[in-house]
Amino acid sequence: MTRNRALGSTLVGLTRALAHALVSEQVARERGFLQSLDPRVRVAGLLAMVLAVTLSHRISVVLALFGVAVLIALFSRVSLYTLATRVWLAVLLFTGVIALPAVFLTPGNTILTIGGGSLRVTSQGVTAALLLISRVETAVTFTTLLVLCTSWMHVLKALRAFHIPQEVVMMLAMTHRYIFLLAETASQMFESRQSRTVGVLDGPTQRHMTARTAGVLLSRSVELSNEVFLVMQSRGFRGDAKVLSEFRMRAWDYLGLIAFLVAGSFAVWMGRS
Amino acid sequence: MHIPDGYLSPSTCAVLYAGAGVGWYEALRRIRHTLNARMVPLISVFAAFSFVLMMFNLPLPGGTTGHALGVTIAAIVIGPAGAILSISIAIAIQALFFGDGGITTLGANCFNMAIIGSLAAYASYRMIAAGAAIGSRRRLVAAAMAGYLATNLAAFITAVEFGIQPLLFRDARGVPLYAPYTLGVAIPAMMIGHLAVAGIAEGALAAGVVAYLQVADPSLLQNTSGLEPASEHPPAPRQPLRKLWITVALLLLLTPLGVLAAGRAWGEWSAAEFSSAEGRSRITASSQRQPAPPNAPTGLQRLSTLWTAPIPDYAPRFVKSPSLGYLLSGMFGVGLVASLSLAVQSYLQRRRSTGQAT
Repeated sequence: MTRNRALGSTLVGLTRALAHALVSEQVARERGFLQSLDPRVRVAGLLAMVLAVTLSHRISVVLALFGVAVLIALFSRVSLYTLATRVWLAVLLFTGVIALPAVFLTPGNTILTIGGGSLRVTSQGVTAALLLISRVETAVTFTTLLVLCTSWMHVLKALRAFHIPQEVVMMLAMTHRYIFLLAETASQMFESRQSRTVGVLDGPTQRHMTARTAGVLLSRSVELSNEVFLVMQSRGFRGDAKVLSEFRMRAWDYLGLIAFLVAGSFAVWMGRS
Repeated sequence: MHIPDGYLSPSTCAVLYAGAGVGWYEALRRIRHTLNARMVPLISVFAAFSFVLMMFNLPLPGGTTGHALGVTIAAIVIGPAGAILSISIAIAIQALFFGDGGITTLGANCFNMAIIGSLAAYASYRMIAAGAAIGSRRRLVAAAMAGYLATNLAAFITAVEFGIQPLLFRDARGVPLYAPYTLGVAIPAMMIGHLAVAGIAEGALAAGVVAYLQVADPSLLQNTSGLEPASEHPPAPRQPLRKLWITVALLLLLTPLGVLAAGRAWGEWSAAEFSSAEGRSRITASSQRQPAPPNAPTGLQRLSTLWTAPIPDYAPRFVKSPSLGYLLSGMFGVGLVASLSLAVQSYLQRRRSTGQAT
């Protein structure tokens, strides 16, 4: 695997995507706070929280919203270990690397000098870096909670409530289904190639192989779309999609929606600069 | 290039959602018109293909690896409208299902990668490959260049979006509220990686897939090639270019209007104008009252003597009337350009027929 690095990492990426989807479906079936709410409330409420995070200009308010996100995770039976490894650490590494130079590059009041005065840490730089990291951590946590606690089909049905065109929702649903089919096909192609490979493939050979695999996958995708169209047509599809809706809003759902909206509005009010 | 939530201000996100909305609306309108019921399965399967393609790790020269956006292949095979929709759907699934890229920044990500990327890839592919046969090498170069240009243009637009954040959104103490780097830092930081790695990955994968399709399934390259599909029936005779020639003749008749225009176009001064008082006052007047330099720039002085135009200032020496001189110059210019174009066209046709014969 390590010898043909690109081949190996593509395989790992494809397998990880498939495994990732399984974890989401499992958590979405748990009995917890978010799962008990109507999917439309979950989508609207968590999006309101993400918006509140981006509108807040104070670190203290963003951190308070982060605390709310952790509480929601606990009550929704989402493992904090999963969040820590999948979200918090990844975001900290990615955004941390981006935010670190801001500590030195942002002009403002110097609070520390390093390297004989060549590097100056400014108070504004530290605040900007902390604000960016905390905001991204909190927003991504809310988004991940939505992704983990809502099955994909429920997300799609909830999107229809926001007047997203029916064709778009249908395309999202079909794309999601075919991602797994094509990812599995690609994974099998890479696996079969790797199982027949002895020794180390040089860069150009690996490049040609990857491009050929993509080409084969493209031809199969076009064939697949033609077959899917014929199947849809044979079942009476004429371009208009009709989907059953089974959502019912209960008092608990209204209460949840109001709680999200009040918390989000309060955070925006408190987070003004 | 996937911007997470928190990097862009809500107002920037709203503007980019609006920009993406225009792109989605137009793409949806065009694709409905051409595909109708076939649209849903084609775009869906292509979005799934693009999603999987984004996971492919491509080894690059120098021992590094890079991910492609997949936008170039989509634009080449199903055209810009289909590419905009399928890449947008792939990005939406990445954000809503895999948490890759933000929800508030979904409009920005779609605008940068799906809309700008698709349009840039399609335009540059069509421009570079113009008229080339489906199986030609030029199409490979065009795909590679299209991938490289599209990725870097999308990255540049993303960098500009990052770079304007600290200029527009700061608190009273001067703390940047969103992405903290100005354009001077954001653009080089973003572009180095894309110029050196991501653009090459996209270009290499696009060229590789086009090379495969040229051999295995050339029909997939036909849609956006700009070439007529091969047919058993002889092509219909071409429409004469009468309308174009009438327009050119009308424009030629209007050329004497140029004599009425006062002054000289900004920056088209001769070296002699810098030394005359009248010329200097004209330069000052057309340069928003900025005084002209005391002497003509040395480079201008040196290079202005290199070439003497046969018909200077559109006024042939043997014609007294300036209007007639303008008209004759215009006719001479149009004739020269048309002759050159015909010569190039006839040379290319001869080369093509020789190539087909061998």
